[in-house]
Amino acid sequence: MLSKFWYSTKQGCIQVFRNRAMSLASLFSIMAMLLILGLFFVVMVNIGVAVEEAKQDFESVSAYLEDDVTTQDAETIIMQLAGMEEIAEIYYLDKDTAMEQWKVQQWGDDAYMLDGLVENPLPNSIEITVRELSDADKVAEVLGTFDGIMKINYYKETVDKLVKVTDALTKGMLVIMAFLVIVSVVVVSNTVKLTVFARQREIEIMKYVGATNWFIRGPFLIEGIVIGLISAFVSVVLTGLVYSRIVSMVALDLNLIMGMQMVGTAFMVKNLVWIFVSLGVSIGAVGSIISMRRFLDT
Amino acid sequence: MIVFENVTKNYNSNIGLDNVSIRINKGDFVFLVGPSGAGKSTFIKLILKEIDADSGSIKVNGKEITTLSNREIPILRRSTGIVFQDFRLLPKKTVFENVAFAMEIIHQSPRQIRRQVPQVLSLVGISNKANKYPEELSAGEQQRVAIARAIVNNPTVLIADEPTGNLDPNTAWEIMRLLEQINMRGTTIVMVTHAKDIVDKMGKRVVKIEGGRIVRDEFGQYGMRDEDMINHHGAYQGGGLGQYVK
Repeated sequence: MLSKFWYSTKQGCIQVFRNRAMSLASLFSIMAMLLILGLFFVVMVNIGVAVEEAKQDFESVSAYLEDDVTTQDAETIIMQLAGMEEIAEIYYLDKDTAMEQWKVQQWGDDAYMLDGLVENPLPNSIEITVRELSDADKVAEVLGTFDGIMKINYYKETVDKLVKVTDALTKGMLVIMAFLVIVSVVVVSNTVKLTVFARQREIEIMKYVGATNWFIRGPFLIEGIVIGLISAFVSVVLTGLVYSRIVSMVALDLNLIMGMQMVGTAFMVKNLVWIFVSLGVSIGAVGSIISMRRFLDT
Repeated sequence: MIVFENVTKNYNSNIGLDNVSIRINKGDFVFLVGPSGAGKSTFIKLILKEIDADSGSIKVNGKEITTLSNREIPILRRSTGIVFQDFRLLPKKTVFENVAFAMEIIHQSPRQIRRQVPQVLSLVGISNKANKYPEELSAGEQQRVAIARAIVNNPTVLIADEPTGNLDPNTAWEIMRLLEQINMRGTTIVMVTHAKDIVDKMGKRVVKIEGGRIVRDEFGQYGMRDEDMINHHGAYQGGGLGQYVK
């Protein structure tokens, strides 16, 4: 059994080398498809991470208080709410602090323009961070039962929209990816079919000499797997290189302009290795089995 | 030992073999002659179970092969060496590997292969070409490799389908001497041929098939009426192998 496997492996590797032209053709078609898939994967992962981060920004609920609500009243409300397990963080924000934060965060160097304000237009508020975005509704509802709350502000709608858009995007990408996989299996199995066709005579001779179907198939199978592995390896290296290049070029700008973090190259490559290797090997193996079927019918 | 009993094989409406019975004993050297399309190939294909008989019984080495399952066909072919007119060597394998392949498929150990292949190569007289690829060899040398491959597993039967058809007369005779040697070691040989002078000079058993039937089975000559051959098979010019035209 082991010697059979060893024989197939050895012959498969020899075949890859001796049929260089066809091996290269298969290699390139698998690689092309892995690279396209890789591109989609990289984009999808980044979008996913960005959305997760964006969601965190929206996990806050603000309750604006009427001006006649005292700090004590606010503290009472906070005391009562603090027990809710949906709430991660809750604190009182008075209007002056809010103004300071507002100035720094939104106006920056232009903050002096706000100095002309006679009266602080901002309300005192209770700031809440919820554990899960979906908890925001419930928290808001509870808040509504208290007196002295002028308005409850949270970003549920924005977040809902964001989630909807990214969901649609993800689904669309999955469809495209599935389509790509199918196309590449067809392309690869056709390429392999060409190699098998070119060696139809060879297979015929093997059968004349008394080789069993699996004996003939073995080396071809290994050949497909080896080609798949090489394609996967090259694709990982290429994608990794290009990705790290892109990260070093735009990650900083993205972070500054949009507050977006790009996923690290190391993490990306670690995941791509598994995806590429399993895809490459199975496409190579399935491709060679499918394309041999017709020639092995006795 | 090959035994056909009332074997019939039709292709659509064309007759391949018509109720043929024949017995080829162990150690026989049989020439299978007759015009093209007469049924010689059908005969060979039936022995290899490349095609199935419509009716009748075929025994190879005492085993009924008409009822063999697809799984058992490789086993049958391993006990039968085959040599073709066009050699059919694996182009991407060296001479050594081509012969070794026949041993690999019956799971011989690498050591056994390393020992036996050179022996067979020297038997057929091409020891010095072991590492060449088929395309680097002359036609005669390629046929020697094919014969080496066919006999390396010591088959009881060697089938040769026009083995000299692509060879010049001198080379053809060398191959015939080689086949005779192999036959003397006890291997049954069934050889399909159109080469009249070879058949005549060898003086072996001659089975003539025409129209799907065995019309003659005796020792000696190709056939009394050479004109038939000219009529049936344009390529055959009669006379001698030297004038044989492909």
